[in-house]
Amino acid sequence: MAQGIRDKVAIIGMGCSRFGERWDCGHEDLMVEAFSEAVTDAGIDKSAVDAAWLGVFFDEQNTGKSALPLSMALRLPNIPVTRVENLCATGTEALRGATYAVAAGACDIALAMGVEKLKDTGYAGLPERTKGTFEDLYLPNSTAPGAFAQLASAYANRHGIDMAELKRAMAHVSWKSHQNARHNPKAHLRNTPSIEDILNAPMVSSPLGTYDCCGVSDGAACAIVTTPEIARSLGRRDDMVTVKALQLAPSNGVEMGHESWDGSYTLTTPLAAKRAYEEAGIRDARRDLDLIEVHDCFSITELVIMEDLGLSPRGAAIRDVLDGVYDADGELPCQIDGGLKCFGHPIGASGLRMVYEIYLQLLGRAGSRQLTQPKLGLTHNLGGIPIRNVAAISVIGLHGA
Amino acid sequence: MTPGILGWGAYVPLLRLPRARIVTQTAWLNPGFRQQAHGERAICNWDEDALTMAVEAGRDCLQGARPVLADLQLASTTLPFADRSNAGLVAAALDLEESVATRDTGGSLRCATSALLASLRGQTRAGLLIASEHRLARAGSAGELRFGDAAAALHLGYGEAVVAGFLGGASLARDLVDHYRASGERYDYPLEERWIRDEGYLKMVPEVCARAFSDAGLGADAVDTLIFPGPVRVGQAVCRRLGVDPSRLADDLAANCGHAGSAQPLLMLVHALEEASPGQVILVLGFGQGADALLFRVTDAITRAPRGLGVTGHLSLRREETEYLRYLSFTGQVEMEWGARAEHDKRTAQSVYYRKRRAITAFVGGRCTACGTAQFPRTRACVHCGAIDTQEEHRFADSRAQVKSYTEDWQAHSPSPPLMYGSVSFAEGGSLMMEFTDFATGELSVGTPLRMVFRIKDIDEKRGFTRYFWKPAPARSV
Repeated sequence: MAQGIRDKVAIIGMGCSRFGERWDCGHEDLMVEAFSEAVTDAGIDKSAVDAAWLGVFFDEQNTGKSALPLSMALRLPNIPVTRVENLCATGTEALRGATYAVAAGACDIALAMGVEKLKDTGYAGLPERTKGTFEDLYLPNSTAPGAFAQLASAYANRHGIDMAELKRAMAHVSWKSHQNARHNPKAHLRNTPSIEDILNAPMVSSPLGTYDCCGVSDGAACAIVTTPEIARSLGRRDDMVTVKALQLAPSNGVEMGHESWDGSYTLTTPLAAKRAYEEAGIRDARRDLDLIEVHDCFSITELVIMEDLGLSPRGAAIRDVLDGVYDADGELPCQIDGGLKCFGHPIGASGLRMVYEIYLQLLGRAGSRQLTQPKLGLTHNLGGIPIRNVAAISVIGLHGA
Repeated sequence: MTPGILGWGAYVPLLRLPRARIVTQTAWLNPGFRQQAHGERAICNWDEDALTMAVEAGRDCLQGARPVLADLQLASTTLPFADRSNAGLVAAALDLEESVATRDTGGSLRCATSALLASLRGQTRAGLLIASEHRLARAGSAGELRFGDAAAALHLGYGEAVVAGFLGGASLARDLVDHYRASGERYDYPLEERWIRDEGYLKMVPEVCARAFSDAGLGADAVDTLIFPGPVRVGQAVCRRLGVDPSRLADDLAANCGHAGSAQPLLMLVHALEEASPGQVILVLGFGQGADALLFRVTDAITRAPRGLGVTGHLSLRREETEYLRYLSFTGQVEMEWGARAEHDKRTAQSVYYRKRRAITAFVGGRCTACGTAQFPRTRACVHCGAIDTQEEHRFADSRAQVKSYTEDWQAHSPSPPLMYGSVSFAEGGSLMMEFTDFATGELSVGTPLRMVFRIKDIDEKRGFTRYFWKPAPARSV
């Protein structure tokens, strides 16, 4: 019987570049920026890293293929490097690779790096790409906002909610993240639109307006992981952060092809959450977790995810959102760093960026957005689109928690 | 046994462009157009062409049946491919047996009547003849006001089910260049109408009709309905020449469809058959560098003929196109700014398409014999029970469906923004994310009933290749 990886791996260093339209930087600059912070934080020399995982999604539009861009950017000493890609869950996949390698005893110290240089395409939004040689013959030429906007139509229908009411709750989701990002100097978007601004923004893909969509950003984030024993030898004591759970639930095609899924939620997130809660020993997620970072690529996604994670009852996320449950001063702060919405969404880096925020918060290093003594946090990535996706969840906590 | 028509079908696109909207924009060029600013013409949506209209007319004719057909002929002067069987693609979309003999025929606006004559004289087994036309005319031309996009289909054969028996016919080939369009050109070169009337219609039609009457053993006085594909006034003059009462002229559909080119005689014939009663004699004329004449007698079987929407039904379903510029953009006559997303390469991996041609062209998915689940695409492992290699073919083209989720996407590239798409649930089970077509903004909601139509999926401008797939359109009652 698998034991899981709870407390078997410690995070000893993390780094995150400033996110945004980094016109002056290529992917190699962003990786160096994140790695420099992480390696200093870990207090080790680069030569101590045994193996590395690179997560990048749109390789055609930025790094090119393979893990070599990481090896070359950091001039790693010919250690094993592996590239992983699993849509927007790519960053969490890089962390999973490094964490599993340490848990397996194959490495003492491993590096997980996520990077995305999106702003070299010459146009706004995510780059166009092929969906696959067969899929291109029958799937619509959809966009990310269009694929997620459909959640809203099905959600409103299922719960008998007026779209205007749903839009108001979605606006609160975005408003809250903008408010939070004011306190994050690394965030891409630090403006603070009003609820009215958000509601009146130009339509991108109905019912999603501009402010319902996250930033398309350049950035990199990384983690250095090792065993708790080595972490102790490097001086970590009460301030040791460990991985409590890392779980993945990818689609198998049911949402795309079977009528049992009604389109109003993500099928995979509850599956990943159940496994993660079990692995981490969480019984009541809303009570046990102190903060969460979820995949708020669009406002409706975050709202639906609150239910998919079991934090709000089905159909009740609107009420909880409008009641401020997930605001910075609420019962369970969500996206305290601004989230994908405002911190930004350099795809390959996003999963690691979420873990970075949990890490800072657990160590009391989150500056003016610091929460009061959090002990346990959760990150959630949703790679892909509602009809086919990868849900990736990590639970990160203080070693004793 | 007498050969003849077993059944009919038609297709007229949902979009109608009022001529007043054209004239408002073009009268500065020719104030005379103001006299023609009445009625409307049928126009293809951006994702329709002669081929997709042919498929719809064929479906309207067959009404879900899959009779064994010896041949499928596709008559048109505006088919999308000059060298790739258009008829073969239509046959595949109609899910006909591959033993069907397919033939594209064109070259003249007379091509459909000539094909009809040849079939009725030569065939021994059932076949399908579809005529479809999607003609372009320069902005500010008379043709722009006069043309209409449409298609008609005739199921031909022998036996007691014949609804209009072929009595006889004749053909005349004479190279009077009433208009022409050189290969590869987009537009017709028109000639003077008075000359065409005097030297063309008024001389050739009586000549060919005399032989047709002789062939059928009938006189002009027997004609109850005259299908004349030229201008009404010329038709009236032709009637006087022939000795046919001008009141016998069939509706030329100018008011609400426009002139459908090579499909016009068949479209008018289908329209006439919809109202025809047993015993009536119908004279069908084709004109273009010569003339064709065919005589039919309607039989008692017409009262039992399966009926689809036909011309009348399709004409009753309409959506007004309010933007003349959008129409010109659909036809590629003005170049709009589509942004960088339109640059995405639409290359088709032809070997993939070949492997998956049943899925893409015939919309055939699978049904699991272990658990009964219908699904698209058909895969090795069932989406529901996971059993391997248990799926038999299941065609979704005629399935009823409804909207599961939807969006109107202004970011995605579409020749007719916003791109509307969403998940669709089929009545027999199965779900698929698809691109909606023929919907206006604000029309979609969860549960909206849908029917499937064969449409252009993408146009690969770089390689000149058009690929097709099925799309959900508004359901309609027959």
